Amino acid sequence: MSISEYNGSAIVAMAGKNCVAIGSDLRLGVQLQTNATDHKKIYKIHDRLFLGLSGLATDAETLSQRFTFKHNLYKLREERDIKPSSFGQLVSTTLYEKRFGPYFVQPVIAGLEADGTPYLCGMDSIGAMETAKDFMVAGTAPESLMGICESLWKPGLEPEDLFEIASQALLAGQDRDCLSGWGAVMYIITPDKVIARELKGRMD
Amino acid sequence: MDFLAGIRGPDFVMLCSDTSAVQSIVTMKQDEDKLVPIDSHKLFAISGEAGDRVNFTEFITANVRLYAFRNGVDLSTKAVANFTRNELATALRKSPYQTNLLIGGYDEHCGPSLYWCDYLATMHEQNICGSGYGSYFVLSLFDKLWRKDLTEADALNMMRKGIEEVKSRLVVAPPKYIIKIIDKNGIRVVDEV
Repeated sequence: MSISEYNGSAIVAMAGKNCVAIGSDLRLGVQLQTNATDHKKIYKIHDRLFLGLSGLATDAETLSQRFTFKHNLYKLREERDIKPSSFGQLVSTTLYEKRFGPYFVQPVIAGLEADGTPYLCGMDSIGAMETAKDFMVAGTAPESLMGICESLWKPGLEPEDLFEIASQALLAGQDRDCLSGWGAVMYIITPDKVIARELKGRMD
Repeated sequence: MDFLAGIRGPDFVMLCSDTSAVQSIVTMKQDEDKLVPIDSHKLFAISGEAGDRVNFTEFITANVRLYAFRNGVDLSTKAVANFTRNELATALRKSPYQTNLLIGGYDEHCGPSLYWCDYLATMHEQNICGSGYGSYFVLSLFDKLWRKDLTEADALNMMRKGIEEVKSRLVVAPPKYIIKIIDKNGIRVVDEV
C-alpha cells in the first residue's frame, strides 16, 4: 500500500454561480483498520478560502498548521485576507521546497475571489498546480470521483443545487473505495456565508 | 506485541496497557507499567520501540513540568497532546520515534479528553482508542458497548471484556494488564488483570 493511501481520503470541490463547494469523507484509518469516523480533511483559511488536504494525515495536519501560520503572518503584514489565487501559489511553492523529501498530500483549494468568482485548483504532492473551472478531486478514489463529477456537473449551479450535485458525487465516489467514506462533510461557500453540512452515507 | 486501550466517559478517562517488556523472543519483565503520568491529571499510554518509548515520554514530561514551573499554571491535555504531536512530526523526517501512544487527561475547564497518536504523528481525539494487534479485537467491541453516559463500573467492565477477548483470540497475547483511571481526583490504579 503506498504512503498516500495509508490513512485514506476523498475530496471533491466544485464551482457554481458565485459559489464553490468543497467536501471530504470522514474516515481516519491505519491501512485497512478504521480508527475514527469524524476526521475532516477540509481546513478553513479564511471565510472565502478553504483547503482540502488528502493523503497522509500527519502531513495534512502539519501543513494545515503551517498554512494557518503563514496566513496569520500574511494578514498582519498585508492587512487583508489572502486571495485564493495567491494562496494557491503559496501552497505550490511550500510543497516544491520539499521536492526531494515531499509532504505526502494532494491539496485541493476552493475559494471565492473578491468579486465572487469561484476559484478552484488542485496539485500533486510536489506542487504541480492546475486550476479548473468545473471541479477538482483528490484522494484514494480519484477515478471514481472524477467520473461521477464529469457526468453530474454543469455550469451555473446555484448554491443549493451545487450542494446536491457535489454531495452526490462525493458519496458515490467514496462508496466504491474501501479506504474512504464513513460519512462526509460538505462546505458551500457563497459571498455572504459558509454553510457546513454533514452527510449521511454508507458506513462501511 | 504491546496492547493499549482507552475509554472516555463523561467525567473520567480509563486507560489500559499490558505489562510485558519484550526483547526479541524473551520476556524481560512482566510488571512494566506503560501508563506513565505526565502530571497529576494526565497519562501517557506508550508502546513501541523500547528506548524511544521511555526517552520520548520522559522528554515530553520534562517539558510539561518546566512549563508549569515557569508559568505557574499547568498545561491542558489538549496542549500537551498537540505539543507531543508536534515533537513527533518534527522528528519524523529526521530521526523518527517508533512509538504509538494514547494521551488521556482530565481538565477542570473541559473535563476528560483522550487522544490517539501514532508514530507518524497522526493525532485524533476519540472516545475509544486502541493500539497494537489487540486493538483489532477490542475496537469493534468498544464501539458496540460505549455510551455517552458511561459509568466507571461500566467502563471497567468493557475494559475487562476487551482484555478477555485479546487473551482468548490473539496468538501473541500478553498475559498481564494494568488499568488506570483519571478523574477530577487524579490518577489511580483500578485493576491489574
